Amino acid sequence: MGNFEPEIVGLCCHYCAYTAADMAGSKRISYPSNVKIIRVPCTGKVDAIHLMKALEKGADGVFVAGCLEGDCHFKNGNTRAAKRVVYVKNYIESLGFEPERVAMYNISAGMGERFAQIAGEFTEQIKALGPNPVKNIKSNHQAAGQ
Amino acid sequence: MKTDSRLEKVFASGNLAVTSEAGPPRGADPEKVKEKAKHLDGYVDGVNITDNQTAMVRMSSMAASVIVKQMGMDPILQMVARDRNRLAIQADILGAYSLGINTMLCLSGDHPKFGDHPTASGVYDIDSVQMVQCVRKMRDEGKFQGGADITKPPKMFIGAAANPFADPFELRVLRLAKKARAGADFVQTQCIFNLDKFEEYMKMVCDMGLDEQIHVMAGITPMKSAGMAKYMKNKVPGMDVPDEVIKRIEGVPKADQAKEGVTMAVEFIERLKECKGVHGFHIMAIEWEEQVPEIVERAGLYPRPEL
Amino acid sequence: MITAEQKPIEEIIEYIAPYDRILLVGCNECVTVCAAGGRKEVGLLASALHLHSLKQGKTVDIKEITLERQCDPEYVEELVSLIDSADAILSMACGCGVQTIAGRYKDKPVYPAVNTKFMGASESQGIWAERCKGCGDCLLGVTGGVCPVARCSKQLMNGPCGGTSNGQCEISPDTDCAWRLIWERLKALGMEKRYIEVMVAKDWRPAGGGGPRRIVREDLT
Repeated sequence: MGNFEPEIVGLCCHYCAYTAADMAGSKRISYPSNVKIIRVPCTGKVDAIHLMKALEKGADGVFVAGCLEGDCHFKNGNTRAAKRVVYVKNYIESLGFEPERVAMYNISAGMGERFAQIAGEFTEQIKALGPNPVKNIKSNHQAAGQ
Repeated sequence: MKTDSRLEKVFASGNLAVTSEAGPPRGADPEKVKEKAKHLDGYVDGVNITDNQTAMVRMSSMAASVIVKQMGMDPILQMVARDRNRLAIQADILGAYSLGINTMLCLSGDHPKFGDHPTASGVYDIDSVQMVQCVRKMRDEGKFQGGADITKPPKMFIGAAANPFADPFELRVLRLAKKARAGADFVQTQCIFNLDKFEEYMKMVCDMGLDEQIHVMAGITPMKSAGMAKYMKNKVPGMDVPDEVIKRIEGVPKADQAKEGVTMAVEFIERLKECKGVHGFHIMAIEWEEQVPEIVERAGLYPRPEL
Repeated sequence: MITAEQKPIEEIIEYIAPYDRILLVGCNECVTVCAAGGRKEVGLLASALHLHSLKQGKTVDIKEITLERQCDPEYVEELVSLIDSADAILSMACGCGVQTIAGRYKDKPVYPAVNTKFMGASESQGIWAERCKGCGDCLLGVTGGVCPVARCSKQLMNGPCGGTSNGQCEISPDTDCAWRLIWERLKALGMEKRYIEVMVAKDWRPAGGGGPRRIVREDLT
């Protein structure tokens, strides 16, 4: 467990978080390589099923990063996403998973450092939780040829 | 006379009628019923026996009414549409009448949500207005609601409830008109604390000529404490308790608040005696039956007329 | 529409626990519109069930399919080719859909994944409210287009009870007093006189009091 390196999916809005991540890269602000970024046109496009599938496929944590409140390029996609994140948190909790494996963040395009900070914090949070219990089962089954 | 009801006779004599109420116990002890009722003996023309009030299970109103009847008093059988369909309602009316009960009150009933069996399904096969209609048909036409003849029709004096304060206000008088039209002989109102508003309501009642069709009994409740006044203002749906009333009770030391509440009740009665269309008073001293005689005496309503 | 809500996941898990192969069937009609049992919810529930079984160290085979209309035998027939490869069916349709499946596939257990709630309308995004009780004898024509059977907590037919507070029902401040709404409508339409007519005791036979109801249209049979 000591050298557990989580796999994290970050669903990032094209208009803010994705650009912020890009900026962090170009400014050489480092953030954990555990975070795999998926660009979405707006976090309003992120549905509960995307978060669920990420966990089902073995991600240890998933976060959604959208624009600051009131700044959504499509008016209220980020607030809708935030509600869906809450929904999924409750849903996975009822299934026996830690709700902290899913999170919502709001940042703006210019916040490269903030993005790196979020990525770092969330990675630490997931490290503390340990691996997604689904992952071991899946790899066992794969090893068994299933 | 339509019935043998004492209440009907009092109204017919032109006297102001007085009723009160006694809630049956949450147990099977008949002594509890007698204890409450005996405080009222000789001071009222009828005692409402509540029917699973506030949707809490209690001794059946019919059984408690019979106990009160056996004491030589005049029970007013309350019946709620919440707990019975039209078959049970009519069956109970036949049964009650066969046991000497001749006055009843038709009510919708508090919603089960507020009681001790919130998981129960309310019946609401018919509503209170339709219940009034049904009881009148049984009495005046000698027919069941379904149309068949009744061999010995029950002659019930028919009451209903009226809340002059719940909104929409303009609908309140029309609702009373509807109850009168359906065949109610009298109504007892919700507790009155806002006298100005009640008088406004009664003016509308009289303007429509309803005072000629139905006897309105003004609902009077003595406040026991400032706490009770606030509770009724804030927590009881459809209750109108003006701030002056609360201030007045709060204005006296705690030990004297009950006394002040009784004095206020007496003053309310004195004032409403002058209100056109008010034909009596329904004194609801909640779990405080022993206080009723004093109120009746001080309000000049004692002794009750010999009929 | 007929509205529904997903059952607590624990209850669904308990139903399907004995089975390895589940056929999870959604419906493209009402339950899709009220976001309870359409294609999207089928996917989400399948994912949840996968997550749960993986956590238990097992895998479960879930086939997802969403039928055009689960209450219609014609569409339920589409399950024929899939039925043998499932140990049990989990239906996300309303009770009508569940029963249509149960009637067609007699030797296959079928479990409901949703609680069918009421006939309602959408008030706003994500909010549905009861509007009709299917009493079989519509009286909206005399009540100004507001139904006292479905919308009055006590099904009162002759006006509001004494519990109306600020125009809302005593059972909840989120519930409009149906009779306040009826009265407002009648006033707006100049039909106040209608209110004074006593509405007589309702015949509940068309509402189901006469036993389970059927409609037979000879011209269509």
